[in-house]
Amino acid sequence: MAHFDDKAMPFGNKWMDERIGLNTLKRVLNTEYWIPKDINFLWAMGMVLAATFGILVVSGIFLLMYYKPDVNLAFDSVNYTIMSEVGYGWFWRHIHGVGASIVFLIIYIHMFTGIYYGSYKRGRELIWLSGMGLFVAFSAEAFSGYMLPWGQMSYWAGMVITNLFSGGSLEAYGLVEWIRGDYVPGDAYLTRFFMLHVLLIPLAIIGLIVLHFGTLRLPHVNNQEGADIDYKESAELWKAGKKKESKVIPFSPVFLSKDLFVMGVYFIIFFYLVFYNFEFSMDPVNFDPADGLKTPAHIYPEWYFLWSYEILRPFSKDIGLIAFGIAQIAFVFLPFADRSPNVAPAHKRGLFNIWFWVLLIDMIVLTAMGKLPPTDPVFAMIGLVSAVLFLAMGPLLVLITMFEKKIEKGA
Amino acid sequence: MEQQEEGRRDFMGMALGAWAVVGGVGALYAAKRSWDPLPSVKAAGFTTVEMNDKKENELVVEKWRGKPIFILKKSADMEAHDRDVVMNGSRFHVSIGLCTHLGCIPAYQSDNKEFFCACHGGVFDVSGVNSPGLPPPSPLEIPPFRIDGTKLVLGESGPEYKKMLDAGLTV
Amino acid sequence: MRELKIFAIVAFFSLLTYYLVEPYAHHEMHKKVDTEGNEIHSESHGFKYDGKPDIAEAHRAKNKALVESKTAFWADVAKIGQLKGNASAGQSHFASCAGCHDANVNMGGVIPPVLDHAGAIYDKNYLIALIKDPAIASNIDHKYKDTGNHPMGAIKFMMPDDQSIADVVAYMLEHKAGEVTPKEAYEEACMRCHAVRYGKLPQLGDTPKFKHEKDSLAHKIKVIEEQDRVKAYMGKLPPDLSIMIRARSEHFMKTFVENPQSQLAGTSMPRVGLSAEGYEKVEAYMVSTGDPSKAKREAVGPWVILFFVIFTILAYLWKKSQWKDLH
Repeated sequence: MAHFDDKAMPFGNKWMDERIGLNTLKRVLNTEYWIPKDINFLWAMGMVLAATFGILVVSGIFLLMYYKPDVNLAFDSVNYTIMSEVGYGWFWRHIHGVGASIVFLIIYIHMFTGIYYGSYKRGRELIWLSGMGLFVAFSAEAFSGYMLPWGQMSYWAGMVITNLFSGGSLEAYGLVEWIRGDYVPGDAYLTRFFMLHVLLIPLAIIGLIVLHFGTLRLPHVNNQEGADIDYKESAELWKAGKKKESKVIPFSPVFLSKDLFVMGVYFIIFFYLVFYNFEFSMDPVNFDPADGLKTPAHIYPEWYFLWSYEILRPFSKDIGLIAFGIAQIAFVFLPFADRSPNVAPAHKRGLFNIWFWVLLIDMIVLTAMGKLPPTDPVFAMIGLVSAVLFLAMGPLLVLITMFEKKIEKGA
Repeated sequence: MEQQEEGRRDFMGMALGAWAVVGGVGALYAAKRSWDPLPSVKAAGFTTVEMNDKKENELVVEKWRGKPIFILKKSADMEAHDRDVVMNGSRFHVSIGLCTHLGCIPAYQSDNKEFFCACHGGVFDVSGVNSPGLPPPSPLEIPPFRIDGTKLVLGESGPEYKKMLDAGLTV
Repeated sequence: MRELKIFAIVAFFSLLTYYLVEPYAHHEMHKKVDTEGNEIHSESHGFKYDGKPDIAEAHRAKNKALVESKTAFWADVAKIGQLKGNASAGQSHFASCAGCHDANVNMGGVIPPVLDHAGAIYDKNYLIALIKDPAIASNIDHKYKDTGNHPMGAIKFMMPDDQSIADVVAYMLEHKAGEVTPKEAYEEACMRCHAVRYGKLPQLGDTPKFKHEKDSLAHKIKVIEEQDRVKAYMGKLPPDLSIMIRARSEHFMKTFVENPQSQLAGTSMPRVGLSAEGYEKVEAYMVSTGDPSKAKREAVGPWVILFFVIFTILAYLWKKSQWKDLH
């Protein structure tokens, strides 16, 4: 039986500590949660993502108060009620729309940071895998949310994406109808995607975020040089006041102060987009109400899905679907495809460095081609080449890293 | 550790915290505005009723802001009251038809010439005044009204309504 | 500094991606080319109407006769523009316009528009052209072998000569050019075909408040009947314009209103002939229904950004004090 001090002031430090272990919590999560000193602003992307998720939740709550998941009401509840009647309704919607798009930019930066610095290796595999889980969950969340305004792009994206589940020559149209609950995207479809968007997927995301943080605790965050830090020793040095000698800093307040600065810069850019440059995330075409009898002249997914969409496009139906399927799961295998013994930034890893930049540029090219009209033969050819290249990148990585020499770490 | 330095650090951290609170208050204001009734709801808060066609001792129930409104044209044998709305020589009882006890809708009994609330047995007379000794603590409330010729505009406060309000005849 | 270098790299690739998927892709997507594969640039002409785009279209169609007839037509229009119009002489001609334009009933497909502010919202040259030949002026002559079939075709027999056209236009510019509200401009220029349900403004004008559902439904039926007539005339019901201002870019809106054929070749939408001032008013109305929080958004924006600028400065100072004895 624990000891409880009767004289402790209710809700005071001691009182709380005796009841929920406040000081232990503070120590474990803040003042003695050690972060390497040798990092740059890319290490703040995790907190930036958490903050963005936070404002997506908050803005989503206000949208939820007035949104009506009904094919006859959805469009006007968003574009009339929320945009013109609700006080600051436009504010929440713009934040939600821009946030949903920008969160993927940060996810990609976060992901490529991990790849560049080899942060998925040697004890950090689960961090990578839970991160990939988050990527999938965010993708599903983005897609289901995109359905809700029930504009032309919502409807036709819903039509095309659910059709992917027919499995090409398998012609599993029964499965497609089961997913939709209708022959075409209709009322049942809208209400079930509404449920997924506001309840099931957010729950999964929250769970995965907790898991993602959890997987980080023991292997610790990577650092700019991939150095293997003796955390115990460094922590002792810090606690002894030898800040210069220690290789680590506590999460709070030292790392947090940098995080908040990066977040500040991020939010300046974010709100500039919210107020003045939002069309990249709120497609004008989606301001035309859904019409099942008229396909828009150009249909394309949101920018963050373009690279995988482009891997689908240049091939015949079945091969395209298989390529698309591979692209969807390719990144999951990264920790196991990279056979190199080194945890080091790409610029110290020879061929891997080239592989990294080729991958990045290839994905940007795929992204661009995914939106450009496929009728142009030049674009179609570039698309095909970059899609094939992407598929080859996995085997190439195995080859390159198998022969990578171990880097001898100086000092 | 150096006490002085610690203090400066705290100051910057606290300044940042305080500034974040300012932003939080701004966001809360936006949140508060989002909870406000919509303009369309407020614009629909007025109901115009034609009073010329009303028959004596026959209760008419109109709807105003989602609530039932009792309109009863008084017959000559009914006692006049300061709560009556007088229009072109006719006297009307106008009130929000919700019992002041717990909000049920009392029924008008034209034989007894009184309102009877079935929920807890409250009784109001034709002027909406509650009978003493029964659960309702006060007379039926009078909605804000303005007389416009032969029409009654509910939701706007005319001089007649303000007079009743000042005299404490309704809340 | 290393961090700045990394930031520059991140910013470069982010902006490159943005450029490729937004401005570049949209340009490629909406690019129009002629039969030789040359790109057609449709630019706004400041809401002035001299027929040049129409003649260029005829050139592209390689229709010599059309090039000639259009060139001749717009040259005539320019000539009439030089004539000095007499407003009081124009008044009697205008009276014959009112026969249709004040009737408020559908004639040949649409309800002829009210002309109360015609002089204020339409371009002078366009008015001249329209009176001379409505089908050619509005660039929908591909729909009419003979202008006489145009709902306003009868005008050809009502204006005896060029001088009377100059007179009636002078009359409108002088006496039908009072102060006009955005909504009035919209009603006169667009409402006969396009509904705005967020403004409760179908083709028949403001929807009255009905106490009884029966009356409300009866009105709805009248609206649907009018929409059917417009649909029969136009081929399809012209879209509701409630939030069109968000659904199309500013460039599209301007070039489309100036010359609908430039963006949707073959469309039955006529050129309406709005002047720059007239378009400004119509645009203001469309913003009021389609993007009513625009003003508020632009007013709040700087404050939110200023908040985060100060937040960032404070965070930077805190970071500096926290990190200063670490290295």
